[in-house]
Amino acid sequence: MVTEDLSRKPDLAHVRRETGVIRESLGYRVFRVVNVTVLLLVCAVTLYPFVNLVAKAFSSEGHIAAGEVNLVPRGFNFDTFQVVFADELFWTNYANTVLYTIVGTAIAMAITSTYAYALSKPHLKGRTFFVGIAVFTMFFSGGLIPNYILIASYLGWRNSILAVVVPGALSVFNLLVMKSFFENFPTELEEAAAIDGLTTYGIFFRIVLPLSKAVLATMTLFYAVGHWNSWFSAFLYMDDKSLFPVTVYLRNLIAAATGTQEITDGGEAAQVASNIQAVTMLLTVLPIICLYPFIQRYFVSGVMLGSVKG
Amino acid sequence: MTQPAATQLTSEDHARAASAARTAAAGRRRRSRPSRRATVTWRRAIARDWRLYTFLIVPVLFLLVFKYIPMLGNVIAFRRFRPGGSIFGDEWVGFYYFEAFITNQQFWNVFWNTVILGALTLLVTFPLPIVLALMLNEVRSRRFKRIVQTISYLPHFMSIVIVVGLVLQLTSLNGTVNQIATALGADPVPFMQRPEWFRPIYVSSEVWQTVGWGTILYLAALTTIDDQLYEAARVDGANRWKQTWHITLPGIRPMMMVLLILNIGSFMAVGFEKVLLLQNPLVYSTGDVIATYLYRVGIQSAQFSYGTAIGLFEAAIGLALVLFANTLSRRMVGTSLW
Repeated sequence: MVTEDLSRKPDLAHVRRETGVIRESLGYRVFRVVNVTVLLLVCAVTLYPFVNLVAKAFSSEGHIAAGEVNLVPRGFNFDTFQVVFADELFWTNYANTVLYTIVGTAIAMAITSTYAYALSKPHLKGRTFFVGIAVFTMFFSGGLIPNYILIASYLGWRNSILAVVVPGALSVFNLLVMKSFFENFPTELEEAAAIDGLTTYGIFFRIVLPLSKAVLATMTLFYAVGHWNSWFSAFLYMDDKSLFPVTVYLRNLIAAATGTQEITDGGEAAQVASNIQAVTMLLTVLPIICLYPFIQRYFVSGVMLGSVKG
Repeated sequence: MTQPAATQLTSEDHARAASAARTAAAGRRRRSRPSRRATVTWRRAIARDWRLYTFLIVPVLFLLVFKYIPMLGNVIAFRRFRPGGSIFGDEWVGFYYFEAFITNQQFWNVFWNTVILGALTLLVTFPLPIVLALMLNEVRSRRFKRIVQTISYLPHFMSIVIVVGLVLQLTSLNGTVNQIATALGADPVPFMQRPEWFRPIYVSSEVWQTVGWGTILYLAALTTIDDQLYEAARVDGANRWKQTWHITLPGIRPMMMVLLILNIGSFMAVGFEKVLLLQNPLVYSTGDVIATYLYRVGIQSAQFSYGTAIGLFEAAIGLALVLFANTLSRRMVGTSLW
């Protein structure tokens, strides 16, 4: 690292001298300072809402209402956490979110990986057709209401976990990423397994999947975060409070606090203090924020895989 | 996730569609190549690959039920739907429901709100990721660059409910924005009750949530630019600005065009979920868009056929815009999705 820097710096200066643009080097240095400053500002603006959220979560309502809470908590206390923890519905809904995330991700991974594996075989007759029917759904789809009629009336999935975990089970983007991954899987391994007497099922479950952990992890994370954050399908298809995911719990809390939105759960119309909102929001994002530094690169690599290879 | 037509396109969707475009192109190339496999009959193909075909059963059934049936279900825009009756409607009424909304003044209010909000979002959130990517590209310290990237991607992973919650907290009467305003001598503003503030607040929250993540594809495109081009330009005496203008920007132009086309396509489907959570009746005059209007009349008031007609109209405009932008891009700069 150090030797690399030493060998490169004089070289750049040399280039600048040779090309006779010494004045630019000053301008460029100014630019770099400005650049770094602006990027630091971007980071500050990005992080500020979270910092503010944490500050409010530990502040007393009086200080928040007086508009005194920005970067640091005022009237530091843990009482709000105790209030939120005491609400049984919060825990029920939090557990629902965990359940929906696990079940939804499992279903999605089962459908996506088997579909992607079949599509990755160039000798599969009708392959173009089977890829086409998936890709077409990205450009045209049934609207909100036909979906609603199908799921709520026709399938009767009102207040059912199925309405939340099944309809979104196939992301075409994830499908294409996995397909391209499986296409690059060394065929020698599969051929050797076939000679050893494994069927397609054996090859898929015992050879291909164990050796595809990287892409499986990435796709699992994509689906899991999607399910963790989703609220609309539960909001649309559920009216039993005890079945809500925590995002809908939070939505109703915020709607009650703003007071101007109608409250669909028919419950407490009382103003919800902003510190209670802050604590609930904080607890909802906590798992993602804690895992984020470790899983971020998987997301980035997933997007790259999808966009570069396709 | 359940209602792709009604939800907003994120950069993941952009990547999705971009890769799909490439896959489709690859598919065409494969087809055009003469292949011995094309002569295999279905009977032989199934006899040989039947296990592989069993992998397709569940996914294809899934697509059929959850994608293609709702797609056909759009037909209730032309047919009267009776609750409890056929999912595809009962009797043919032609363009009755289309006439109903086209002659409705309220529809045109939300139509223009959608156009304005979509245009503002596009104008602001399309160029900013390019600028940010170029700025990140100029950073020498890899560590600093990685930290900035990590932080700027974070909002992308937040639920829309959280984003809206943060916006409401920051813009409330005792929130940070009003504290800054009062510190500067202005009176506190109840932002979420003022129609004139809805658009700036919506667009700002979009910027906060999408710009960082939007740089990923541009940064990937930037790494594909040949270093020799920069060396040659330096030898020719081009300064940094000229290098950026003549090498970097043309280098990422195909990516820019692909994302622009997709952005134009999603123009009408402005972030439905976010608008729904952010809006309240006090700001309907600027904050109500086609998708939220459709939700209210279609789902809450259960006017299914009327709502579907509006949804179909919106989807048709979206599709027409993509086709138009794609053709324009192919004619003018030679880049297109297909």
